[in-house]
Amino acid sequence: MSFEALTQEGQTEQLLYAKVLQIGMYAGLVILFITFGLYVSGIMAPAVPLDQVSNYWHLGVHEYLETVNQNHWHLDHPPTGWAWLTMLGRSDFLNFIGIAILGGVTIICYLAIIPTLVRKKDNAYLAMALLEVLVLTLAASGILAVGH
Amino acid sequence: MRGSGGLERWPRVIRTGSLFAVKLGAPLLMLSILLTPLAAVASNEAPAATEVLTSAAAEAVSWWVWPLVLLVVTFLMGIVAVLGGVGGGVLFVPIISGFFPFHLDFVRGCGLLVALSGALAAGPGLLKANLASLRLAIPSALIASSCAIIGAMVGLALPTHIIQTALGATILGIVVLMLMARKSAMPEVRRADNLSSALRICGVYTEESTGEQINWKVHRTPIGLVLFIAVGVMAGMFGLGAGWANVPVLNLLMGAPLKISVATSKFLLSITDTSAAWIYLNQGCVIPMMVVPSLVGIMLGSFIGVRILRVAKPAFVRWIVIVLLLFAGAKALTKGLGLPFIV
Repeated sequence: MSFEALTQEGQTEQLLYAKVLQIGMYAGLVILFITFGLYVSGIMAPAVPLDQVSNYWHLGVHEYLETVNQNHWHLDHPPTGWAWLTMLGRSDFLNFIGIAILGGVTIICYLAIIPTLVRKKDNAYLAMALLEVLVLTLAASGILAVGH
Repeated sequence: MRGSGGLERWPRVIRTGSLFAVKLGAPLLMLSILLTPLAAVASNEAPAATEVLTSAAAEAVSWWVWPLVLLVVTFLMGIVAVLGGVGGGVLFVPIISGFFPFHLDFVRGCGLLVALSGALAAGPGLLKANLASLRLAIPSALIASSCAIIGAMVGLALPTHIIQTALGATILGIVVLMLMARKSAMPEVRRADNLSSALRICGVYTEESTGEQINWKVHRTPIGLVLFIAVGVMAGMFGLGAGWANVPVLNLLMGAPLKISVATSKFLLSITDTSAAWIYLNQGCVIPMMVVPSLVGIMLGSFIGVRILRVAKPAFVRWIVIVLLLFAGAKALTKGLGLPFIV
């Protein structure tokens, strides 16, 4: 296969990836800015009052979660992983929608190019794309817990 | 457990103007250093900005002051990063963790999201322009993103002072790398290696300055992929982004042209940082009040930085970046080791 043919070969999935990435990136950023506006404007009430957030951000994450939960959230366990979904009525947690979209768009991009790779019988890249989806999904799942 | 750089010494609730001004001293010092390169371009604007912040620190003690200071500092950081040819993440983590009252856990989570957003924003354009190569990025990203998860988990499991010390050492290592590494615009690759040939990692792009069509291929792919293990671990552990490491591997080792290396590195961050960012997000290391101002600041700063780049002297700004990193790296190192520092 000629050099030009080789380089053209990868163009289809690259442009598709770029297109999906662009849509996801704009969606994530726009939603993030809107929800942050709702948060700081006071239109929606946050779980932690705005003037008290700075009281906690010097703490390590585990101490932060315990302290904030004790003082504001009053849950059985601090909301880690995807537990923020249950608190979307609070404006601070609403910001996580945009953040999750930004974190999830790459997975969608990979899923989008998989049919093209299948059609081209590009098995090496198909395997790598599937593995990448698995890796990113595992990271996003919240299964991988760590502690100090 | 030690706090983030001795923050346990600071009062938990800072409400008086005088204490607040003291607490703002270090960030303002960083702000003045960040303003230095801008002064070379617009010498009248920097003192005005500093005065506004100083008076804000002295008078207003409201919830919005810290996000505003963060916005201004990251805005300047975004400008300096573009002018200095580095990613925002590598400046963000050491400077914000060293001179702001945020715990390193949140700074790393925020740093990853800042680097991720910048990479996501740049990615579509770079891919469409055929400067970032998906075929080059996919194998590297698979290794780096898997290892970034491990790095993030290790980074969150280790005591803060150890991570802070290692961060300082890494930043100082990056300074050495910046001083020693010689980039090559068009490395000579006589023959593509077997792995890159099998994976058909090659491409063509148009060099705008000459209008020439450049065909490129890579070599030493197996060694390059092995190095992405370390790149991924460090990206996840410190939340730095990894452009500083990606570019030398892609350009100097694997022989990709500099433009392809820089663009692919930027795009690669969107995948590597995604996996690490999820680990930090799921652990609760994301505070929107920190993330959004930082993200907006860096993005706006990068936008302005690209415009200033036309009139600024890159060599001078590069030295400012090196001094900033040296300063921030030394601060992180001394914080981690519990040693005194000048600020």
